[in-house]
Parts: sequence; C-alpha cells; structure tokens
Amino acid sequence: MFLYYVRLSMLSYKRNPVLSTLMVLAVAVGVGAYMVIFTLNYFMGGDPIPQKSGQLFHLQLDYGNPAIPDTSNQPQMAYVDTLALLDAPFAYAHSASSKFMAVLEPSNPDLSPFFVDGRGNTADFFTMFDVPFEFGGGWDRAADDTQQQVIVLSQDLNLRLFGGENSVGRDVELQGIHFTVVGVLDYWEPAPKFFDENNGAFNRAEEAYIPWSLIVGQQLRRSGNTNCWEPPKDSSFESFLNAECAWIQFWVELPTPDDQQIYADYLASYVAQERAAGRMQIPIEKRLFNVREWMAKREVQPDETRILSALAAMLLAVCLLNTVGLLLSKFLGKAAEIGVRQALGAHKGALFRQHVIEAGFLGAIGGVLGLGVASLGLEGVKILMGGERVNNEWMHLDLTVAAITIALAVISTIIAGLYPIWRACNVNPAIHLKAE
Amino acid sequence: MTSSLELGPITRALMRNKLGVVLIALQIAFTMTVIVNAIDIIHDRTLKITSPTGMEEDDIFSIRSFGFDSSINAQVLIDEDLDMIRQLPGVVDASRVNAVPASGSGSSSGYAIEPGRRELTVPAAQYSVDEHALNTMGLTLVAGRDFTPEDVRRRTATETRSADQIIVSLALAEEMFPGEGLQAVGRTIYSAEDKPLRIIGIVERLQSPWPNATDWIVERSLMIPDVVIDNSSIYLVRTVPGQRDALMADVEERLAGAGYDRILMNNKSVAQMRTELYRMDTAMARVLYTVIGTLIFITALGIIGLAVFSINKRRKQIGTRRALGATRGGILRYLLVENLLISAAGVLFGAVLTIGFNIFLVRTFDIPRLDWYYAPLGMLVLLLLGQMAALGPAVNASRVAPAQAISPSH
Repeated sequence: MFLYYVRLSMLSYKRNPVLSTLMVLAVAVGVGAYMVIFTLNYFMGGDPIPQKSGQLFHLQLDYGNPAIPDTSNQPQMAYVDTLALLDAPFAYAHSASSKFMAVLEPSNPDLSPFFVDGRGNTADFFTMFDVPFEFGGGWDRAADDTQQQVIVLSQDLNLRLFGGENSVGRDVELQGIHFTVVGVLDYWEPAPKFFDENNGAFNRAEEAYIPWSLIVGQQLRRSGNTNCWEPPKDSSFESFLNAECAWIQFWVELPTPDDQQIYADYLASYVAQERAAGRMQIPIEKRLFNVREWMAKREVQPDETRILSALAAMLLAVCLLNTVGLLLSKFLGKAAEIGVRQALGAHKGALFRQHVIEAGFLGAIGGVLGLGVASLGLEGVKILMGGERVNNEWMHLDLTVAAITIALAVISTIIAGLYPIWRACNVNPAIHLKAE
Repeated sequence: MTSSLELGPITRALMRNKLGVVLIALQIAFTMTVIVNAIDIIHDRTLKITSPTGMEEDDIFSIRSFGFDSSINAQVLIDEDLDMIRQLPGVVDASRVNAVPASGSGSSSGYAIEPGRRELTVPAAQYSVDEHALNTMGLTLVAGRDFTPEDVRRRTATETRSADQIIVSLALAEEMFPGEGLQAVGRTIYSAEDKPLRIIGIVERLQSPWPNATDWIVERSLMIPDVVIDNSSIYLVRTVPGQRDALMADVEERLAGAGYDRILMNNKSVAQMRTELYRMDTAMARVLYTVIGTLIFITALGIIGLAVFSINKRRKQIGTRRALGATRGGILRYLLVENLLISAAGVLFGAVLTIGFNIFLVRTFDIPRLDWYYAPLGMLVLLLLGQMAALGPAVNASRVAPAQAISPSH
C-alpha cells in the first residue's frame, strides 16, 4: 500500500509540477538554511571530547585585584600556582600548558627557516586529552622535571619537515636548541579547541609540542594572552614569573565525584592558605569546571551563530507557512479526485494516509535538495570565515546532520500538511462528482 | 461603489477564508521581524567595520622582522632597516612600533589620575613608539606637540622603562579628565607601577589594536616613546598615495637581502588587517543579506501562490462581477485592497514581533536597540512588497472576461 501511495504522490507531482516544485523549493531553502546554522551550532556548541568531557576539569583560582573589578574571573593560571599544583600530592593526571613561538631552522637546506606555533605542555597532556599519534608517543613526567629536549610534531609539520615519514629519533632545531622527535601526531584539530579556548576557541592546534618546563628554562618567546592584575616588580623575567600574571592553562583529570570532591577541597585549602598570605582576595565559588561547563562559561559559541539560529528558525517558519498554503491549494485542487476515490469506497483513514505520504514525499525531495542547499551554504560560510588561522574542517555535513536534515524536512512538511490534509479528507464527494 | 475602497465587503469576504489570510499575514510578520532586525545588525556591524583607526590607512603597511642569529646587534639592525626604508623613493616615513592599530594584537595597561588609587584605573591600549610614529601613522595632533628624538628612551627588555612623556587619544583624555579635553596637555597620569607620565600631546583619534572586541572602549589609547631593543621588530611604513603595494614587495625584498638571518612575516597593509580583523562581522553581514534576499523571495512567492489560488477559485465570481458592470480597474482595486488589508494585519503583528525580538536581541547579545523609524519603515516596505507581489495575479484577474461567469469549466 505504501508503495502505491508513493506512486500516487509521484503522479500527483507530475500533474501539478509548478506548484509541487515551488513547495519542494520552499522546503529545501528553509530546511537547508536551518541546517547550515544547525551545523555551526552543533559543532561550535558541541562536545569536542565526549568520551571524557565529564572527567576533565579546568581550574580557575580566586584571582584579581579587588580595587579593579575588571580583573577578576581570570581564565588562566599564574606561574607560582601552576608549580604548586603540579606538585599536589595526588596521582591524578594533570596538565599545564602555554603557547610559544619559535624559529625553526630546518636541516633540509631546501627549506628556509620559519616560525612555528608551538605549545609547551606537561607529559599527561597527550594521554588526558586522548591525543592521537601516528608515530611514537609523548614523554614521561621525568622528561618534564629534567627539561629534556624532546618534541612532538603535528602531522602537518612532520609532512613539511620530513615528507610525512616516521621521524621519531630525528633532530629538529628550534630557536637554536636541538630537540629529538619522540612522536608525530595523527590529524588532531579539536573544535572547539577546548584545552585553550582563551587563545581562540576555533584556532588551529599547535604544530609542535615540547615539555612545558622548557618555556621557562630556555626563556622561549611566549605567545598567547597574558593578563596581569598587579604589575611585576621590575622588568626581569624572574619578577614576571613571580607576579600576579596569568598565562597558563591548567587541567586535571578527576574520574569520580569523590575525586572531584577531594580535589575541590584541596584547592579550597590551597586558596585559603594563599589568601592568608595576602593573595587571592576575590573569592569565587566554583574552581573546577568540566569541559562542557567551561565551554559554556567561556561562551565559546559565538553570538553570531546564536542570533542566526533564531533567524533561521523564523526563515524555516516562513517556508513552512508557505508550504501550508501551497499544500492547501494542491490538495483542494484535487477535490474532484478525492471525491471519486471516496465514492468508490476509500475510507477517510486511507485518504489521510495517502495524503500524509504525499506530503512526506514532497518533504523528502525537499530534504534531499535541502542537503544541497546546506552544503552550498556551508561552503559559503567557509569562504567568508577564511581557513588560515581558524580551523574550519569541521564545517561539513556529517551523516547525523544529513539524517536530521531529511527527517526535519519530512516531519515539518507533514506537520505543515496536517490542516490541508484534514480539509482534503473532508471533501463532500457528492458536489465534486456532480461538477465532473 | 459609493464607499470608495469597499472595505466592508472585502473584509467580510476575507473572513470566509481565514486560513489563507492568516498564512499570508504570518509570513509577512515573520519576514518583517527577520528583515528589520537583520538590517539593524548589519547596520551595527557596518559601523564597526568602517570605524576609522585615526591613521592614513590607505597608504600604510607593516612588516615584522624577526632576527634569529644571536650575534646580531639589534640596535644596529633596527637603525639600518629604518634608514634604508625611509630613503626609498615613495616612502613618507617609517617607524618601529610594538603594535599596529586594527592588527588584532598589542598590549594594554591600566592608568589612574592619582598614584596608588587602583580603583580609578582606566584601561588603555599602549603603543611603544619612536619619534617617527605620529607622522608615519598620519595621526592628527589636536593639542600639544609630537615626540622629539630627545624624548625617546631606548632600553633592553629587562631594563625598567624610563620614558615619562605620553601622547594620548582625545577619547582617553576625556575619560581621565572629563570636561578638560584639549586642556589635558600638561597633566600627569600614573601607570600601574605608579610612575608619573606627563601628557605632552593629544591626537584626535587612535584606535586600539583590537577595535573589534565588544568589551573594549576602542579609542582609549596612548603612545609612549619607549623603544625596547629586541630582535623582533614591527616596522610601520607610510607611502605616498598609490605606492603602497609596490613598496610592500620592495621593502620585504630589501630587508631579506640585507644579509641577516631573519624571518620576515605579516607583511600586510592596514586594509588587509582590517579584512582579517572584521572577517566575522563581514561574514555576518553577508549571511544576513542572503537571509533577507531569500526571505523576500519566498514570501513574495507565497503571496503570489496564494493570490493565484484564491483568484482561480473566484474566476466565476469575478466574471459575474464583470458581467454586472464592474470595471477592470474595479476588480484590480478590489484585489489590491484585499492584499493591502492582509498585509496590514501582517505588518501590525510583525511590528509587535519585530520589537519583541529586538528586545530579546538587546538583552541577550550586544545588539543596539532599533531606531524608532526601523519598524515603521519595515512595515511600509512589506506593504509595498505585498502590493507588488499581488499586482501580477490581480492584473490577470482583471482580464477575466464576463463570459467566464457562465463557462462550464472551473
């Protein structure tokens, strides 16, 4: 019966091609536009590390200068606290990291020196964040302590320097310092870049990773945001390190609620001790944020996509209102046919099913076209946003989004069709038989 | 035809086809809501995108040089580079700066009008410059004087800053000394380290490096003649009009050929910086234009579709009216007035929705409130759009021959 109704729907489409095509286009445009924005929101508001997002916690401390309200609520951590917390008496995995820039002098004479966007991080960074490796691996905590000159390359940088081959054990010269490659990453571009949203939530991941202790040990050129709420005593590097300046991202992995409680208590006592010493005078209530909480608090989802999702919903509404009107015209135009079918013994239920399937059929075609509209729209957004610094590889239709698009088209067309269908099923057969 | 617009009969007839009326009116209402608010957002973004930095933007570019040979004498290198650039024909002036307005990166600090009074702190962008900066940027000095070579203090990164004279933007002067404006020359402000800084000049306008940030007052900035000798330099170059692009390539080539181990990067005109800085705003505006165009198209189609449908249903009726003496103009007017009534209902509801949605946008996001004339103008535009969309079908309908009243088909 279903296939018979689908065939009837196709016949009906052919009989009224202009009206039907208008309807399909309205659905395609409405659903397509909505899905462009849906995709942006789905990824930008999404969970970049779903398997662990409830166990990874970003730390925030009671920073700020009480005299200057704007300085509270610092997202990053100061050096002295980072050292203290890396030394905390727990076995939990934890990661301190910050950005640096360095000149890379390739051993290959065909390549000229270039700047590398790098990250200094402690050993647990790779395991905590499930960073995928193509070759080799990270380093251990001992390498952090002894400032071993080891380096992990991104897939791209490895391609550029070593043609993509296994470069573990090779030498890389950064800022005149020789590093030994211990690992090469697989493709890794989390979006949002949750582990350092403060320096561009959708910026590309760094190209090189080295033990974080080297940033201070070798006084590498730090990049990324630095915020101070007390000026350093003088211009020396030592004073900067000891100053109330935040520039480090600190994460800890706390698998169970008990662990979270233990760590929160520990943080509270640490803060209390610092407060007694005259620091941390602006109390905050919450110091541990899991990935989702942190993304929400930092509002990584841009206003633009949130505004656009409201506008896209209205665009979809207009398209569906249009569809209601067009379906009404179409179904009422079929009054004679419906009259005949009724006279020949079709139940209202059967007529209802037939027209629901007809509406769904139009919706499905609209949905497929809508996929085209959506992918065109996403390509357009990609071009508008530019992909140099910003990671836009996630801007595509995946299977989930494609399935949602078709489902949205079918369901919304059927909903839009309910009233026209009801009207069509309540045609008085006698009148139309007479008119024929 | 005594009542000139036949409002009574038209309204009564419309009430018989409530759904058709509601469908069109709702479409118009939603369309108006989206269009008016989208235009408000576009207007806001455009103001941002076009806001001036205060510089002679068309003729300026910057290039960053990063020396990585530790044997380089940074001071010598900087002087050689700047001398070379300034002597090139077509170059007006060149300066070494720590940051460029609208480039997206720079530094800021807090300043107060009394020492030790942190609660009075006003944040401002800070440009560390030499005596060529004002001329290179092409800023307009409205009070006081420019820096002289004697004002400029050179130091290494680990030495403490000793420069104690500053040029501030008018916006910063007014923020710190309300009502004084240009008279603020000669006054002293205090840095976060409580060091006194004397204002020697005021420029009309100088934007911060990040005028796109919403939480930042974009024109509070100051310049301090403090040159940190370092291997990393940003050179700002102003050329005579029309020579910028040629000199961008020329300067990069000459710097590369000067015989030092260095990386040259970010060779960009201010125009390019602006494009990158405002990319999100430009993208938003373009997306919104697309949304507006699509909506107008779809709503017009909807109006045409339903008009054709309702006219087709009434062919007999129209033929009858024609047979009874109604003129073509009368039929046309009837249908257009009918559309006007539906549209009017739509735009009235639309005005409520528009303002409601705007209140939501203002509260939730950093969107300015609608100016008073936006909603009325939107109503007018949509009424016109409705009339234009209905015109075609209505003209067709007015051509229905009286004979059709008795034709058996339809």
